[in-house]
Amino acid sequence: MNALSPAAPAAVAQAVASAAVQRSPGYWRSVGQRLLADRVAMLAGLVVLALLGLALFGPWLAPADPYQSSMLKRLQPIGAEGYPLGSDELGRDLLSRLIVGTRLSLFMGITPVLAAFAIGSAIGILAGYAGGWVNSAIMRTIDVFYAFPSVLLAIALSGALGAGIVNSLLSLTIVFVPQIARVAEAVTAQAKGRDYVEAARASGAGAFTIVRVHVLGNVLGPIFVYATSLIAVSLILASGLSFLGLGVKPPEPEWGLMLNTLRTAIYTQPLVAALPGVMIFITSIAFNLLSDGLRSAMDNKR
Amino acid sequence: MLSTLLRRVAYALPIMAGVALVCFALVHLAPGDPLVSILPPDASAELAAQMRTLYGFDRPLPEQFVAWVWRALHGDLGTSIATGRPVASEVLNAVGNTLRLAVLATAIGFVLGSVFGFVAGYFQGSWPDRLASLLSVLGVSVPHYWLGMVMVILFSALTGWLPATGAGPDGSGSWAWDWQHGQYMLLPALTMSVIPMGIIARTVRALVAEILAQEFIVGLRAKGLTDGGVFRHVVKNAAPTALAVMGLQLGYLLGGSILIETVFSWPGTGFLLNSAIFQRDLPLLQGTILVLAMFFVVLNLLVDIVQSLLDPRIARG
Repeated sequence: MNALSPAAPAAVAQAVASAAVQRSPGYWRSVGQRLLADRVAMLAGLVVLALLGLALFGPWLAPADPYQSSMLKRLQPIGAEGYPLGSDELGRDLLSRLIVGTRLSLFMGITPVLAAFAIGSAIGILAGYAGGWVNSAIMRTIDVFYAFPSVLLAIALSGALGAGIVNSLLSLTIVFVPQIARVAEAVTAQAKGRDYVEAARASGAGAFTIVRVHVLGNVLGPIFVYATSLIAVSLILASGLSFLGLGVKPPEPEWGLMLNTLRTAIYTQPLVAALPGVMIFITSIAFNLLSDGLRSAMDNKR
Repeated sequence: MLSTLLRRVAYALPIMAGVALVCFALVHLAPGDPLVSILPPDASAELAAQMRTLYGFDRPLPEQFVAWVWRALHGDLGTSIATGRPVASEVLNAVGNTLRLAVLATAIGFVLGSVFGFVAGYFQGSWPDRLASLLSVLGVSVPHYWLGMVMVILFSALTGWLPATGAGPDGSGSWAWDWQHGQYMLLPALTMSVIPMGIIARTVRALVAEILAQEFIVGLRAKGLTDGGVFRHVVKNAAPTALAVMGLQLGYLLGGSILIETVFSWPGTGFLLNSAIFQRDLPLLQGTILVLAMFFVVLNLLVDIVQSLLDPRIARG
């Protein structure tokens, strides 16, 4: 459990950080060094890499066919002959379904954040840089969506649009765009007030050039770090939608949907029924810790 | 003070109008005819047109919106397509059940989260801090619907200590403040409390660390104030923000409890939303979301106002 203690690596990271500042090897290199020195973040990063590996190579790694059901071998316990992690309510090998389900589960959780990162950054940077009535119009609209608790908005949108992968991705993107746009607007407004932006404008640069050359490089980093902190939330919400029957449809293997169908087995095979949730939990912890590590590595004030 | 109050309200009103517009748009975003769930598949075009007139779906959209808002302001949220009962009374019933759960969960989460946060902030870098930080990372990372299942497995399926689903021995019909009914609340409330607990612990830890680093703490220590005395000052400075976070979390839980309520078959707003979605009961869906979102906006407003009353520095900002 020592690897999960944040205090010691933080001290190491700080030492590395101050050394890095003295040598001044460039901002991103020092961020990388601080991140490498953060043992918790590195461990989380390894877990994320392993999950991405499962997502890419899952179909070849799974010991059995995740769709092959067997009426005679339903709800086998963990460790049963040929079923290392038991079988589900249709007699499909749970280990294989968990492995193959990684791809769809990660896709459903990460895609909305990436889409919202692109759209939200664009909206936020526009609002932050334009200022004035453009800013007011955009930000007041965003406030309206911000006024919904995210779970409620996600479920309301998916509920109205209907179940399915595309609708689930769409709803979650709409949930995260306002959150990212708010952060993007704040950092852009801050960057806009800097002297070098003033200098660029004084020397005749147009708005587009200023944003591309002087603003983007300074705001995309912080917005990206914020976006990474949303991945865990998005994964939980995405599998939550599937858990409610609003996301991925059967028989596709996806962790939230697996939890939903295994709920009936809660009294007969409780340990097997809880397993898909363990995958969601581990994934979300790993993304949260990695995002925390990234944030403190990018915080060059420390 | 009055001007602050008016400014906050003036800021909230357009948001409320926007929220109403989004809720209204939801129904028209939905694919298919909103009446599809009650019309028999072989209904004549004449009958369909009649029903459409009855529910007002034949009017132009802006007119429908204004009429809908006007009725909602008078407490009429329309009629549930599936049950034929007024949406407002169904929602009110469910909000009561959810509120009971959310208040208990927020209370548990606030007490435990503050304790963890204070300990972690006071003893930064020590093992209690690491433990509290670990717990709060676990708290914000856990899929709470899965935690609910684990709770059911641990305390119901394996041990049989507590009932797993429902809101009372006779289903969800009645409620009384006794153990017979209270035990049904325990598992869902404990599960739900994990959400505010992690967030409050994180907030309080950051607050305490920030306050302890300020010069007036050094000043208080230098003038010989005891640790208990310093602690009182820390609490006083941390309280407004911590309470604000608690208020927001309560509002969040009201709308965010749907997944947990589903796991425990709790007859609250989540349950209502769920049935509205799967029966394609659009007036019910619209009404439930409207009430929950308005609750959230009003709670935000109240938190803002109370916070500026507690801490005059905020009002000026």
